[in-house]
Amino acid sequence: MPKSPNDKLQGTLTLLILRALRTRGPIHGYGLLEHIHAASNELLQVEEGSLYPALHRMEQDGWISAKWEITEKGRKAKMYSLTARGEKQLAAEHENWERLTRGVARVLRYS
Amino acid sequence: MSWLKRWRNTFRPERLDHELEDEFAHHLAEAADRLETEGVTHEEALRISKLRLGNYSIQKEKTREMNIALWLDQTRADVLYGLRQLRMSPGFTAVAVISLALGVGANTAIFQLVNAIRLKTLPVEDPQRLVIIKYQQPSHRSGWGSGRNVELTYAQFQQMKEYGDPFSGMFAFSGERFNLAKGGEPRFAEGLYASGDFFRVLGVPAVLGRTFSAQDDSESSCNAGAVISYAFWQREFGGDAQALGRKLSLDGYPVPVIGVAAPGFFGVEVGVHEDVIVPMCSDRLISERSRIPLRYAWWLSIIGRLKPGWTLERASGFLRAKSRQIMQATMPAEYNPSFAKLFLTNKLYAADASNGVSGLRREYEQPLYVLLAISGLVLLIACANLANLLLARATARETEIAVRLAIGAYRRRLVRQFLVESLLLASFGTLLGCGLAVGLSRSLVALISSSQNQISMDTGMDWRVLGFAAGLAVLTCLLFGLLPALRATRLSPVSAMRAAGRTVTTTREGFSLRRALVVTQVALSLVLLAGALLFVRSFRNLLTTDPGFQAKGILAVGVDFGKARIAADNRLSVYKDLREKFSTVPGVLSVGQVDLTPMGGGSWDENVGIGGEAAATSHKQGWFNYIGPGYFHTMETHLLAGRDFDEHDTAGSKKVAIVNEQFATQFLRGKNPLGQTFRLETEAGKPEPVFEIVGLVQNTKYEELREDFRPIGFFPVSQNESPRSDANFMLRIAGSTALIARSVKARVAEASPSMGVEIRPFSAQIADSLLRDRLMATLSASFGFLAALLATLGLYGVIAYMVARRQKEIGIRMALGSARAGVIKLVLREAVALLAIGLSVGVAISLWAGRLAQSMLFGVKPRDLLSLSLACGLLGAIALLASYLPARRAAAADPMTALRIE
Repeated sequence: MPKSPNDKLQGTLTLLILRALRTRGPIHGYGLLEHIHAASNELLQVEEGSLYPALHRMEQDGWISAKWEITEKGRKAKMYSLTARGEKQLAAEHENWERLTRGVARVLRYS
Repeated sequence: MSWLKRWRNTFRPERLDHELEDEFAHHLAEAADRLETEGVTHEEALRISKLRLGNYSIQKEKTREMNIALWLDQTRADVLYGLRQLRMSPGFTAVAVISLALGVGANTAIFQLVNAIRLKTLPVEDPQRLVIIKYQQPSHRSGWGSGRNVELTYAQFQQMKEYGDPFSGMFAFSGERFNLAKGGEPRFAEGLYASGDFFRVLGVPAVLGRTFSAQDDSESSCNAGAVISYAFWQREFGGDAQALGRKLSLDGYPVPVIGVAAPGFFGVEVGVHEDVIVPMCSDRLISERSRIPLRYAWWLSIIGRLKPGWTLERASGFLRAKSRQIMQATMPAEYNPSFAKLFLTNKLYAADASNGVSGLRREYEQPLYVLLAISGLVLLIACANLANLLLARATARETEIAVRLAIGAYRRRLVRQFLVESLLLASFGTLLGCGLAVGLSRSLVALISSSQNQISMDTGMDWRVLGFAAGLAVLTCLLFGLLPALRATRLSPVSAMRAAGRTVTTTREGFSLRRALVVTQVALSLVLLAGALLFVRSFRNLLTTDPGFQAKGILAVGVDFGKARIAADNRLSVYKDLREKFSTVPGVLSVGQVDLTPMGGGSWDENVGIGGEAAATSHKQGWFNYIGPGYFHTMETHLLAGRDFDEHDTAGSKKVAIVNEQFATQFLRGKNPLGQTFRLETEAGKPEPVFEIVGLVQNTKYEELREDFRPIGFFPVSQNESPRSDANFMLRIAGSTALIARSVKARVAEASPSMGVEIRPFSAQIADSLLRDRLMATLSASFGFLAALLATLGLYGVIAYMVARRQKEIGIRMALGSARAGVIKLVLREAVALLAIGLSVGVAISLWAGRLAQSMLFGVKPRDLLSLSLACGLLGAIALLASYLPARRAAAADPMTALRIE
């Protein structure tokens, strides 16, 4: 099974990150990759090259906030968490996604 | 604040870089850990995860660009859009830029002066560590004050060296104007007597030759050599290296040039560029009467450099504690016991000297701050005007804004765009204003300079001035740009779209803002006009005040025969000889000699004892002068009783005096002064001299025109026991000044070719004493005028706008039979209301602000009702005229055209 490059799809990556942050709460960039990989049953593999720019953009938009912390392994890591504004964004994007998939599914089913 | 963060990222990329690097490092470590659990070696794991993360620096770039690129791109777009908008309305742009440039230019020019006089530090090594030693006021010192630095005596400087703990070095100096000419018309250079350590403590090197040191300035062997300034070297020697060793004639004494100081160094006094600096010991050689051995000669200032670890406060405390010892050791022997006791209570302290010393500061600091406030208000009025213009423009662009809001523009973005446009205007205005300021500040310096007192100042642009101008640009931009921007973008898109193309109905609020702006303008310009009237009237009072003499038609002639080496015994006959020579010059009506010319800067005060009273303990202070016979007649000062001095008053005859009315009323309590006697305080151990009053004259001003009349006593110059080697003569003339001046010079040369002579109209000297008042009157009047003009324009704009807005209503009224006068009244009512509010606010502010100018006024009270009502009347009249024009136009319009517009 080929690795799905679906983080190329506009907006999906944001939704994935927001959603992951909501359940996994302050977490560093590598942890996010791992989490998305595991949670999707290894179907999704977010590319490192897209993850960090996305995180920084979202931080600037005020959807997520970051804090430097020392991890259990004793390493300095930037931990991201969801802000109130991010919660709202997540809700909106989630709804968009639902609508999109429903629509796409219907079109595909249509014969 | 995402916006803030982006801003921060843009300007602090290195910080962001570090954060990114840390984050990627963490990522690599985690990824490698994971691979290692799968059995890959540590090195291999690192390699693989690095590969997976991809090109490190591209990653970094990509992440960072996100921040800057977007922001820069939007800003670039806004700037381009703003420029296009401005280009589309060149008239508006020109008015805005020019009015801002005038306001910013005036403010910056005045700030340049404030900067030069007050803020700039001396161009020497580490100026922050320099302190000047001063007397705590009130201090008890008397004796001979000589030169510009009447702070300490030479004995005290020597004594201070014993108490030099706080200083790594110190030096004394005394400003002096040297005459470079060897006779005839004098040619002055600004000079400085400086102690040996002067250049070492300041850390100023020579660019040519050498500076002098402590070895050159010793009392036993004085090595008098002059260090000249770089500017003087260029001016006098054309920058020729051969200048070294050439002799300068300083007050007739030849001194060789030993070095040229570094360019940019002007000494330690702001406003004076020293040309020649000589070691202090040369005072014995150059000065006619050396001040070094005199314990009562106050002629020095002392500057010290603080040792590391010493603060200003600590040094001050140290000096205070040692003051008594210093006074004890330097007590002039001439002091009588009661004054000696007071002298011992004097306290010394240290003050900051990082920006040098300056006599200009005392005189001009306050006026400059007042002027800065005034020009600031003018700028504020100009901003209000611009805000009004921008509001009108925003109204015109309503449709555009509405469309952009409707298709989804953020209000924030639109406000930003408006502000960028305003910032462009402000920047252009400021740039042009800075250009103006360069010329303006130079003319300001010229305005306070006189031929006798040349002021040289470095008013160049430094970081403070540039910062000030940039601050003004941002401030003005916010002042005139923010409100219109917020107001313009506040409308809801729907209502604006609906209203577009029709008369505007949604901006009543916008209109009341414009009214408020006009009220502010009227109020502020009233303050400026009233202030201007105060200064102008004060100046006029000074010009017309009766000084007790008639200055017009008087030629003041100063003769210096120091170089002729005439013994003191012969000087009285030289005086007489010169008086007689001058009186034979054709065109000279009469000649009077005077020791201290009125308003000439000199003063002589002494305690007076009336009758048998001892002068030393009388606490009656009088002012004195020596005059020759015919002085009062020449000056047209009326002799009220008794006689003038004459040939019978000689050194051997009874000591006589003429006193003025103030002397008679204050000290003699109105008794007939003739025949009364008084004594003068003198050195300890000598009997106080007694004078008999033989005449009474009307009051005259002594030192300055703004003073109250002082009690003055005049003595005959023929009874002066130590006649000076220079003399001043007042000639009342009729005919050509130039011609008479030439003959006078010829007569002096006849007497001796080595005598120096200086001639100028006495009225010019009086005018020079009023420079500060002239500056205030001229500048405040022009600012007041400018302010009134701007406010009138503002009012005109608002009334015209109101008329345009109510054109339909006016048309209907007229169609229904309203008379023209009624329409005019309708419009004027609005104008009068705005004016009335503005004026009353202005009156309140003026009454409050007047106090600030109190000390600068003469003959007018700061709460002067006449000035205030005049200003009100003036402003009211022109403002009403300005609003009458649109009113008449409205009334003259054909009602049908007005209605048809809809």
